[in-house]
Amino acid sequence: MRVALFITCFNDTLFPATGRAVVEVLERLGHEVVFPEEQTCCGQMHGNSGYAAEGQRLARRFERVFAGAEVVVSPSASCVGFLREHGAGLDSRLYELSEFLIDVLGVEDVGAVFPHRVTYHPTCHSARLLRVGDRPLRLLRAVRGIELVELGEREECCGFGGTFAVKNADTSMAMLSDKLRHVLDTRAEVCVAADNSCLMHIGGALRRQRAGVRTMHLAEVLAATG
Amino acid sequence: MSGFPEAAARALGDSQLRRNIGKATSTIRAKRAAVVGELDDWEALRDAGAAIKARALATLPEQLERLEAAVAAAGGVVHWARDAAEANAIVAGIARDHAFDEVIKVKSMATDEIGLNAALAAQGVRAVETDLAELIVQLSGDRPSHILVPAIHRNREEIRALFARTIGDGDSSEPAALAEAARRHLRAKFLSVPMAVSGANFAVAETGTVCVVESEGNGRFCVTLPEVLVTVMGIEKVLGEWRDLEVMLQLLPRSSTGERMNPYTSLWTGVHERDGPREFHLVLLDNGRSDVLADEVGRDALRCIRCSACLNVCPVYSRTGGHAYESVYPGPIGAILTPQLRGLDEAPTLPWASSLCGACYEVCPVKIDIPSILVHLRGRVVREQHARLSPEDLAMRAVARVFGSRRAYERSQRLARLGRGPLARLPIGPLAGWTAMRDLPEVPAQSFREWWRTRA
Repeated sequence: MRVALFITCFNDTLFPATGRAVVEVLERLGHEVVFPEEQTCCGQMHGNSGYAAEGQRLARRFERVFAGAEVVVSPSASCVGFLREHGAGLDSRLYELSEFLIDVLGVEDVGAVFPHRVTYHPTCHSARLLRVGDRPLRLLRAVRGIELVELGEREECCGFGGTFAVKNADTSMAMLSDKLRHVLDTRAEVCVAADNSCLMHIGGALRRQRAGVRTMHLAEVLAATG
Repeated sequence: MSGFPEAAARALGDSQLRRNIGKATSTIRAKRAAVVGELDDWEALRDAGAAIKARALATLPEQLERLEAAVAAAGGVVHWARDAAEANAIVAGIARDHAFDEVIKVKSMATDEIGLNAALAAQGVRAVETDLAELIVQLSGDRPSHILVPAIHRNREEIRALFARTIGDGDSSEPAALAEAARRHLRAKFLSVPMAVSGANFAVAETGTVCVVESEGNGRFCVTLPEVLVTVMGIEKVLGEWRDLEVMLQLLPRSSTGERMNPYTSLWTGVHERDGPREFHLVLLDNGRSDVLADEVGRDALRCIRCSACLNVCPVYSRTGGHAYESVYPGPIGAILTPQLRGLDEAPTLPWASSLCGACYEVCPVKIDIPSILVHLRGRVVREQHARLSPEDLAMRAVARVFGSRRAYERSQRLARLGRGPLARLPIGPLAGWTAMRDLPEVPAQSFREWWRTRA
């Protein structure tokens, strides 16, 4: 299959390792990855912050850039959710990574090896907007050497929410501190999710606290070979 | 109003409040999940509930006229109130006409919304709350902090101390003892006060029937014992047909108290000889609702049946409690209802009092897409309230332009690495405050697209 990668502006700029991991996994499974270089942002930040016209314009721009793609895969549940809600789902050819691996390729075991203790945080947009369900967990369970531990109150929001994290910093931190407590309770080395935005929030606080727990995007665990 | 962020920060500092609210919301959340899980057709019920309310709202003028005619035919009197002042004047006028100086009240959001108790007091009429939690709030001179459980921010020991101080009955903090103390205090009122004021959970246009659901039975006393009964209801509470209650009465108790059926469902139609009140008045309250109805996206908020399921699942509400919303309607529903009812300029921070996590939409029994309405209202605040050329406005528009072209975007990525340009300014403009509490990742030396090019 020829897969067009929608990296998202956020990952492109701040988390390029996630994009490299998606390429690694898809190529390992025997698929060709293409990267339309005209791509920028899906419009979510503007759309959700009250700049609806700007958000719409960027969603339309995304549609144009990817119009010719056979299938589009993105390592951001949040951006995929935004695009689908705004009629830019490319007639169901746009997938979040775990949806694509499970639903389209029909694989759970992507040949990863990751001998670490891991907990999985279902981000709000992956769980409630995209309803990816247990797809990420099925992929993680098939990883060799992994020790998966369940996160307490796992479906509760981490408190990121885009501009919410700064406009309502106190409330965001109250939510985050409960999320961190649950993460630390698992004694996991790594907290995994399908959205780097939430992980930047969770990981930013873990680093500030020198907690000794890393955050990693799902794709990076799936790309690991030990 | 200081705005949600500041009010929330104050509430978050109160560890007792955090514990009380956190414990209570998680208990109700679990109860709701259990009883909703019992029904195979829950999603179909939600669809039906949403459709019933949407239909009633789409034909609102017609339904209200049907309701008025049916109530009048059954011997009731219908009043129309444009705003809080008119509604309060109508209720006070009824009390004054009878020379009553005291009324008993059924728990009601509409009368909280219009500040009826204070308005009556100004006219020399004392209003006595009979719902246990409303009584607690009233006795302590406090404000409600939850739609269903107004005193959710109080624990049993705080209530025992309050009762000891106010009604001289505070021997024990056991729930049964507290209920008994309230019962002794209220019984005398039920038997002596000649006028009651209620709200309405539903009113049926077809039959002219008003419906109140409750747990304690105190509402039942109020709507049956006094001579005069006045119901103040928001115009959006009307249902078209009697059969609509079949759906709504399944959705409401499971969503609100986590019960299969609430203990008391009172239904009354006008007045009846030798049974119940001899006078019945229905006050139909607009108070901003027609304006909400005019907003094609925001109007769905009027479907709300005040179950409060959205409060209990909200990660924001369950930490800040209700007072931070500075409105009688707190939580996610309050964040979309209050700015619309009062005007965006009165509550411009509420549409941002949510991380858009979507938990509220998932539980709403009438499927109000609260996150989408929040985003819609954010847009209205930005368009109607923000000063053009504010720092945030400038930054957001600059970034939108950057994303509009590949060249500008790639240039900004390179500049961001040097700590310059529109992308780098986000953390000091709209995203300022991030690093007060969290580390910000360093911008990597190579963007994904730069790496991609090295592969070719």
